[in-house]
Amino acid sequence: MKIIIPVNEDKGTVCVSFGRTPLFLMVDLETKEREFIVNPAADAAGGAGTKAAQLIVDKKADAVLTPRCGQNAAIVLDAAEIKIYKTTSEDVEKEIEKFNQGKLEILSEIHEGFHNHGFSK
Amino acid sequence: MKIAILSGKGGTGKTFVAVNLAAALGKSTYVDCDVEEPNGKLFFKPEIIEKKKVTIYLPAFDKEKCVGCRECVDFCRFNALVFIKGTPIVFPEICHPCGGCKIVCKYDAVSEEKKEVGEVLVGKSGETHFLSGIMNIGEASGVPVIKELLGSIPDNRNTVIDCPPGSGCMVMESIKDVDYCILVAEPTEFGRHNLEMVHQLVTVFEKPLGIVLNKCTEEENPSKDFCLENKIDIVAEIPFDKDLGRDNSNGEIVYYSNDKAKRIFNVLSGIVEKKVCQ
Repeated sequence: MKIIIPVNEDKGTVCVSFGRTPLFLMVDLETKEREFIVNPAADAAGGAGTKAAQLIVDKKADAVLTPRCGQNAAIVLDAAEIKIYKTTSEDVEKEIEKFNQGKLEILSEIHEGFHNHGFSK
Repeated sequence: MKIAILSGKGGTGKTFVAVNLAAALGKSTYVDCDVEEPNGKLFFKPEIIEKKKVTIYLPAFDKEKCVGCRECVDFCRFNALVFIKGTPIVFPEICHPCGGCKIVCKYDAVSEEKKEVGEVLVGKSGETHFLSGIMNIGEASGVPVIKELLGSIPDNRNTVIDCPPGSGCMVMESIKDVDYCILVAEPTEFGRHNLEMVHQLVTVFEKPLGIVLNKCTEEENPSKDFCLENKIDIVAEIPFDKDLGRDNSNGEIVYYSNDKAKRIFNVLSGIVEKKVCQ
């Protein structure tokens, strides 16, 4: 299983922004392999949420751990059946540990009311 | 000539200046580009001659023809397209809509779906040709309505464009083709701050500009200080005047009802005509 977390440039703290985070940390929980990915949407003029979410989709992640997630990004992740979990601290390692122990909750508030928006028929 | 009336913030007197300048110019066209909240019609009370629906074309994807090459998704600089499970998906509120995805598709998989986004009203009020646009509720951008408005301007008369407030996309669209910009500012620190922003925008567009200082009192005027510090043309100073305020609030075009206003706007229109001819 692969998880992705928006992280600040210090590579140790969770970034409060999903779409505009400078880096994503991808962790393969089976192989323990780690990769820092530069967020191509960090300085996008618009549509940062969709672009960042596209990266997550393309990386074939199974889950995103983030404190917040905008509506458009949530729609993309939802459509790709990628689960969004809510982080509650800044500490990346702690959050990964909490996820492993099943202690992170689904970021549920963004799911409501966003279904079927932004989709072509 | 085409004159745009702008301000960094709402409530400085854009519509006040635009409406009365259009009146002072006589046989002119007034264009209300404040398509979120158009209120020029409250003053001109125009007879509406024509209503035009504004439509945009959003991309739709044919799943049969799409091979999943992602050309369209990669092309979209607005990031309005995402590629999930083998198909592009459009986010209408991010789409601008430029039609680029249709052009780059080699497989004819992109078609256009019509969507109504607003309306343009064409009317007349005395000598004034009147144009006003309004967005449909829920639309994210008024740019398509503004484009339609600007395309409806007759070219045989002077035009005054009443811009949306701020310094965003809709303002940029409104001033793109004008000959001169009038920035309306009020005498507050907040007014100065927003004047600076919109001044920066107009400078980027390399448009000649002048400032109308509105609601001037004997007290300090941070907006005027900004003009003096930066040697920016002040083309009118309109006093904070009870009569003007009352009549304007009652939806009157003060150029017609108030001699003071008539003088102010006659002088202003003369200055602007001279500036444009320079």
